[in-house]
Order: sequence, then structure tokens, then C-alpha cells
Amino acid sequence: MEQKKKELLVLEDILGSNKKIAGEIKKKLEKHGILAVNLLSAPGSGKTSLLEKIGLKLKDNYRLGVIEGDIETERDADRIRKIGLPAWQITTHGACHLEARMLAKIFDQIPADLNFLFIENVGNLVCPASFDLGEGLRSVLLSVPEGDDKPKKYPEAFLTSQVLVLTKCDLLPYLPFDTDRVIKEALEINPHLKVFKTSATTGEGLDELCAFLEEELKQRLSQHA
Amino acid sequence: MHELSLVADLFTIIEQQANLAGAKKVTKVVVSVGELSGVVPELFRSAFLSYKKRTIADKARLQLKMVKIKFKCRSCGQEITARNIRDESFSYVCPACGSKDMELVAGRDLYLEKLEIEI
Repeated sequence: MEQKKKELLVLEDILGSNKKIAGEIKKKLEKHGILAVNLLSAPGSGKTSLLEKIGLKLKDNYRLGVIEGDIETERDADRIRKIGLPAWQITTHGACHLEARMLAKIFDQIPADLNFLFIENVGNLVCPASFDLGEGLRSVLLSVPEGDDKPKKYPEAFLTSQVLVLTKCDLLPYLPFDTDRVIKEALEINPHLKVFKTSATTGEGLDELCAFLEEELKQRLSQHA
Repeated sequence: MHELSLVADLFTIIEQQANLAGAKKVTKVVVSVGELSGVVPELFRSAFLSYKKRTIADKARLQLKMVKIKFKCRSCGQEITARNIRDESFSYVCPACGSKDMELVAGRDLYLEKLEIEI
């Protein structure tokens, strides 16, 4: 029998299945009034240290939870549990990013009465930017030792975030890091970025960051009330 | 290196579409790749080659159509396109009116555009 060739127009989003699950997670989070914050950065930028410090500041007045994404080990979740917060570890066993379906698998374990759910993505400034997790806020961290040329080299992470947290700012006197250049280039990519200069060691900027998160939560609660 | 998981999702769509159309074979797969989609074309291609074995698309050719980054100014409507993602001279500021309120209108998406099938 003769083979017939045919062209089939599809136009289907390859990330569609992730986006669909992310949309379902987002709906649940909004229903329960939980503000989920997805933290993106290169490995070693200080995501866990930042969470430890802001966790201690927020935990007396809010109910917090942390999802830890790592390729292997429970180490980060253990650090968060040590400061008295519930933490759920997702080990991706090789995958370089979290996907919405990984979150969906553990979502039943997340208490519905949380105020903040922090999601620490796998350390990687590239791949996690492509995967929506249903978060309410996306935050990109950039540490001073990484260098001030990163925003234009990794535009997707900066373009898709609403918050930029510069970390390890206590090292500024020792390293050739031009804060103004970073902020200027990041804002050229995404003029809506809210920028915070922080240090988990000295505590610089953490009160401002917490105040911003509290205000975001308040605004969202009034919007969905 | 998230290309393998994207290719796995791509094959879910390929198999669904091929089954719906009653295809015996998929001979060509055309994917549109935004330059800001976070996909490295070479890695996507090698992931496709290893994944396609023992699927309905085992003999299929992969065509990647790169889509350039394009912004539209919300203030004056001017559209600007980057030469490529590594275009250092590219600014996210509107060259016509200086506004920073730019909306990304192309370059982020990754989608299966079309299939060539044998029926």
C-alpha cells in the first residue's frame, strides 16, 4: 500500500503540561491565601541562609513553610527544620530545576493555613526560569562574589522575576562588584524589579525585605478576599 | 540541561497528535524555539535523537525554528527585535521614546509547530 504523507499543524505549547499543573497549584494557593515565593539563583548564592534569617524574623507573626529543591540530600531541609520551620525536601535526582508536577506530588502535605510558602529552587540560574511553579512571587538572588555581569548573561531569570535580592553585600568592600551597574542592567531587562541589598551575616536589608513580603501578602489577601 | 524533560513532554504531544490523526509514522517534527525560552538548540536536538528511538517518530527529522526576542513599547507602540540573544548592544529601553515600559511579545515560547506524518 502506498504511504501518504500529510502535514499536521499542531501549535501546542511544549511547556503546556507544566503550565497547567502550575495553574492548578496557583489556584489552590490563592484559595488558601498562601503567598508562595520561588527563589532562583546559582548554587551557593545564599538562598538557604537568606531563608534561615528571614524565617526567624517572620515566624513569630506568620505561619511559614519551606520547600527545598535539590539534586540530592536533605541537608537544606534539615537546616530549615533546625530553626523550627516545617520543610519538605524534593530531591530531583539529577534534574536541574523544579517542575510543577514535582510540587503537585507533595502538595497534600502542605498545611492549608500557611501564610508564606518559600520554594527554594535547585541552584541554577538558567533552567528553573523556564518552569512556572504556580508561585505568587519569583525572586532571583545574586551574590556579590558571583560578579556584576550576570543580569545580561542570564536574562530569563531576571526577566521573569519580580524581586532581585543582592546577597552577601557585606563582602562589597573586598570585591570588585559594581552595585550600580548590576541594578542598572537588571532594570534594563526588567524595569519592574524590586531590588534589595542584603547580607545574611550582618542582617543588612532583611527588615526591608520582610516588610515588602508582609505588604505583598496583605495586598493579595485583600484582593482575593 | 532541562532539555530532556522538555523533549519528554514534546513526545507526549507528538504521540497524542499522531494517534488522533491515525499516523503510521512521524517523519518530521517542527519546533519553534524562542531565543529566551531557555532552550539550548544543540542540547534539545541531542535529547530528541536519544528519545525518539522506539517511538512513532523514530525516523523523524527535527527542524528547529529560532524565534528572535521582540519587545513592544507600551508607551508608543514601537517594536524592537534583538539581533540575537548575545546582542550586547541590545537595550531593553525603547529607542523611539526612551520608555522602559516594554512588553516581551516574542522569544519566550517553545511550541510544537507542526508534524509531517505518514498515514
